[in-house]
Amino acid sequence: MTQPGREVLQKLTPVLTKRWLSPDAWKIGVYERLDGYAALRKALDVHPDDLIQLIKDSGLRGRGGAGFPTGLKWGFIPQGDGKPHYLVINADEGEPGTCKDLPLMTYDPHSLVEGAIIAAYAIRADRAFIYIRGEAVHAARRLRNAVDEARAKGYLGRNILGSGFNLELVVHSGAGAYICGEETALLDSLEGFRGQPRLRPPFPAIAGLYASPTVVNNVGTIASVPYIVLGGADWWKSMGTEKSSGPMIYSLSGRIANPGQYECGLGITLRELIELAGGMKPGHNLKFWTPGGSSTPLLTAEHIDTAMDFEGVAAAGSILGTTAMQIFSDQDCPVYATWRWLEFYHHESCGKCTPCREGNYWMVRTYRRILSGEGTYADLDTLQDTADNIFGRSFCGLGDGAATPVMSTLKFFRQDYLDYIEGRTAPRLSAKALVGAH
Amino acid sequence: MTDVAKQTNTVSLTIDGIPVTAEKGELVIRVAERMGIAIPRFCDHPLLAPAGACRQCLVDVEGQRKPVASCTQTVAEGMVVRTQLTSEVAAKAQGGVMELLLANHPLDCPTCDKGGECPLQNQAMTNGRADSRFHEKKREYEKPIHISSQVLLDRERCILCQRCTRFSEEIAGDKFIDLMDRSSGEQINVYRDDFFGGRGTGDGQVGEGEGDIAFNSYFSGNTIQICPVGALTGEQYRFRARPFDLVSTPTACEHCAAGCSMRADHRRGKVLRRLAGDDPAVNEEWNCDKGRWGFQYQVADDRIMTPLLRDAATGEFREASWSEALLAAAEGLTAAKSAGVGVLAGGRLTVEDAYAYAKFARVALDTNDVDFRARPLSAEEADFLASSVAGVADVTYDDVENAPAAVIVGLEPEEECPILFLRLRKAHVGRKIQVTAVAPFLSRGFEKLGAALVAAVPGDEARLLAGDPAIAATLSTPGALLIVGERLATVPGGLSAAAELAARTGARLAWVPRRAGDRGAIDAGCLPNLLPGGRPVGDPAARAEISLAWNVEAGALPSRPGRDTDAIVAAAAAGQLGGLLVAGVDPGDLADPRLADQALDSAGFVVSLEIRHSAVTRRADVVLPVAPAAEKSGTYLDWEGRLRSFGTVLPSTAMTDGRVLEAIAALMDVPSSHPATTQNRTKGISLGTGDVMAIRRELGAMPPSKAPRPAAPAVAASALPEAGQHEAVLATWHHLIDLGSMLEGDKVLAGTARPPVARIGKDLAEALGVADGDAVTVGTDRGAITLPAAVTDLPPRVVWLPTNSPGSTIRRSLGVTAGAVVRLSASASSGATS
Repeated sequence: MTQPGREVLQKLTPVLTKRWLSPDAWKIGVYERLDGYAALRKALDVHPDDLIQLIKDSGLRGRGGAGFPTGLKWGFIPQGDGKPHYLVINADEGEPGTCKDLPLMTYDPHSLVEGAIIAAYAIRADRAFIYIRGEAVHAARRLRNAVDEARAKGYLGRNILGSGFNLELVVHSGAGAYICGEETALLDSLEGFRGQPRLRPPFPAIAGLYASPTVVNNVGTIASVPYIVLGGADWWKSMGTEKSSGPMIYSLSGRIANPGQYECGLGITLRELIELAGGMKPGHNLKFWTPGGSSTPLLTAEHIDTAMDFEGVAAAGSILGTTAMQIFSDQDCPVYATWRWLEFYHHESCGKCTPCREGNYWMVRTYRRILSGEGTYADLDTLQDTADNIFGRSFCGLGDGAATPVMSTLKFFRQDYLDYIEGRTAPRLSAKALVGAH
Repeated sequence: MTDVAKQTNTVSLTIDGIPVTAEKGELVIRVAERMGIAIPRFCDHPLLAPAGACRQCLVDVEGQRKPVASCTQTVAEGMVVRTQLTSEVAAKAQGGVMELLLANHPLDCPTCDKGGECPLQNQAMTNGRADSRFHEKKREYEKPIHISSQVLLDRERCILCQRCTRFSEEIAGDKFIDLMDRSSGEQINVYRDDFFGGRGTGDGQVGEGEGDIAFNSYFSGNTIQICPVGALTGEQYRFRARPFDLVSTPTACEHCAAGCSMRADHRRGKVLRRLAGDDPAVNEEWNCDKGRWGFQYQVADDRIMTPLLRDAATGEFREASWSEALLAAAEGLTAAKSAGVGVLAGGRLTVEDAYAYAKFARVALDTNDVDFRARPLSAEEADFLASSVAGVADVTYDDVENAPAAVIVGLEPEEECPILFLRLRKAHVGRKIQVTAVAPFLSRGFEKLGAALVAAVPGDEARLLAGDPAIAATLSTPGALLIVGERLATVPGGLSAAAELAARTGARLAWVPRRAGDRGAIDAGCLPNLLPGGRPVGDPAARAEISLAWNVEAGALPSRPGRDTDAIVAAAAAGQLGGLLVAGVDPGDLADPRLADQALDSAGFVVSLEIRHSAVTRRADVVLPVAPAAEKSGTYLDWEGRLRSFGTVLPSTAMTDGRVLEAIAALMDVPSSHPATTQNRTKGISLGTGDVMAIRRELGAMPPSKAPRPAAPAVAASALPEAGQHEAVLATWHHLIDLGSMLEGDKVLAGTARPPVARIGKDLAEALGVADGDAVTVGTDRGAITLPAAVTDLPPRVVWLPTNSPGSTIRRSLGVTAGAVVRLSASASSGATS
């Protein structure tokens, strides 16, 4: 492990993570002492339209992966339409490698609650929901406790802080389905239906939860809001790049010395992040990595200086995604890694559309065969072609995500496949492993 | 966009380079279809909401990063669409989806019912690869599982397009089937305990777990028809035939007054299956399970193939030749005529056959004692039919679909006219029609229509129609409909109040009978007060018009209104009738079955024209077999008054009722006083009903009647019956699938019937000390019925029983009908029947 240099340490911008190491920051008293709910008081004094403008001015973009401008999304909600409006917070963090929302909700749940109240006020919703991954029991407990505390203090409920604004905030635990991180499947699940993506249009801004105008935002997006309200748009834009403003929590995992969350301005490079994380694990050399979870096209060692913002990663041929960086070394097999990811996508496919349901099922089997030394050259063409037939053909992005590692590894690491097929790499799966595998 | 396009709400686009104009909001796949460009598809169905699930219909749209599903994409101005015909991308995308669909599909086409008419098979031939690139094992399921007694599900064949689940939810409102599990394990299924940790079923069959809920929908057969693979099959047709060996004939359904268009598929003289026909104005593409599967009666063991005569010496039946039997019938009826012969025509006849009975009664039997109503009825009803129904075709399915509001009384649409129910539901789902049910409780069907209940104790409907201001207000909305069922006939003043209410509010009135032949029989003149064309019997001008048409001398037609069914039965039972001519009537359907049996026994001479043996044939002197619907041509009038003509499906030697009646008439002596014909025949009457086309010509040549339409009846509502201690007022209607003669012996279909229960309100449940499922006995002086109780939100002191279901034949067992006061008691054992 190497110590990060002073220059790179200055790149750390603890904003959303600033309270994580403060003892008991999840309790409302501590939170309040650390600027908590100051932004709410300030927000309730301004007109909701001005709040939306503030968020537009800050250039805040969605932290869930797609990077859609948040202020624009809020502005889509038709006002004065006589319908109820809803704010739904997507806390179903499930992308492999991603670990930024869970620690936030565990160590600083009130920042999300406060952000939710401000956001609901801005879009004029009197009901907000946090849809949290069912497995995240501890985080859900902290969140529920935070909601109770906030209600007891008058931050939630009727006539919040005497402003006349009412809000109920519900923490809803999902049942462990990756697809429910897709916003329309999340809405179906929240309504009590089977979680499968909905046909769009209509978009949630027009007909979302209970067919009413709905904003669906990621945890990181909403938790950013109080800081922008307190610090202003210009302060926010002083971090990050021109088009990708503000700080971002990068979750680093894999062959590095100190895996974990590193909050830096958007645009930092992997080289700098690895340095912050104490370097690669001894004896490991960077081979490939995901910029934003396994659904984003893989990058290799040659992309180590890519700016990790929406534009920089796109220019490198990938997607910033959830900034979940899984780092693999020369001791890791890209074929094996892709198989593991595919098993995940196959398990998590909702089954609604043919390419994703069937394609993943059969690709998983082809990988098992290759990894057990039974692969053929034709299998590589079949994999490439099947991935092509899934990518952009499935109902929602899940299929695209599943095809991505296949296409990436075939592109960058074809030799690793050939090594299995031609017998240079020992089989990683035994024929026995294939028996009854499903 | 051109100015014209702006005004007409259209857009211009090109598909495969061909310019086309489409309506805004139209789906690309439909526009392509109109142009003759066939885009392969599975989940898409024009009557279901778009799903975009199967991804087979992907096309290339200029400016779009990815191929788009043409079944979900609406057209836009200037859109450039390329299908598989002109785009490599679209062709490759479709080929890819097809490969993935086939990868897991079993290669059992040679034994699959769908083989030969299978969209997957067909499109695999046009768009698929010849071999698979995937080598591992396919997913396997137990095949098949019963999801109801009638519907089987083979999950291996299923491509999860969700047409069946979407139909059940969107169209029928019966969400009994749904997707279960996910990913490659995703499957269609019904609710089963073992999926949720309950008792395992072991063999994969539904119904083993206590909480299992089968696919209990009256419309389940449609899911089989729209399944694009062989995943859903019907018990009745499974493995019976190959589609390419079948001959398909369009026909009409003979069961209820909905008027469904149908397709009958037959092979070697036997109908093997029936499918819903495509008629957008009537049944769209749906039918009910009764219409689809209820045709086994035509090939039942007890079908009568030969005329039967009762041997005078032994009293036993013997087979007879047609000439002997016809002569016996003619002689018997001639002899009986002086004492009077009543004609009970039933509600199952075609317009043409009903017309033959109407004419036969007047011309050959010299009587107006003819009635098609084989159910409880009233004189008020006959007047209402004359004033407001005969010759009227005022309300259509289209009107129902577009009505802002409908008040329904004396009718449970799902049970008694299922396709009308589907159209009401379409209006409810799509346009939020406001349905008001004047009924004792909100049945499941009414719930699915989102109906508001005006709770009515049976018998109280007349008072509510006349006096409820909310009903009148609803009906005052322009376009509102008042839909009354035939059951309102038994409520004194009910039909009078309905006619008055419609006239007062401007609402249009629709009368919905239960049987396919009912509406046509009215216009054909099978009523004691009406001649064909709704002409009142008592009007000399009307009689003159008919005399002219029938070529009989003026004044020869009987002028006095005849007896209705009840009066005919009563007179015969009292020995006051010389004979009865009965067609397709089950005495058990009549108001008093015991009296009807007695009437058949007491009438001097009984001629029965029947398809199968029945309580009537057993008591007849002469039994003459007639053709079932499949073996003849004819016409039904549906509840709208719309003609539903059909041709012969199966050629056979069986004769229509009209032809048999003509043959009898030809052998009947013409009394010297009765110059019946002008054809100088010395003997016999020429009825002219032997040929369906001839009847149609005769009816068509009849000029519209100049006789004034009689006024609507004005019968006052009568006081409500008082139910005393341990008593209740009886409410009842038929279940769609029950003990009806045409469903007899069909066990598979019977398995989908709703279980008979006795519905009682909380008050009676408390008074009797019974809970759901406990046995309740409903009794009269005649008998008793014991059924499991179902505590329902009913008005105080009302009990509801199914009219004619297993263990609940209320007319035969209790001798009463709706509105009667019956006794109630809790019984020791549950499930027993009287």
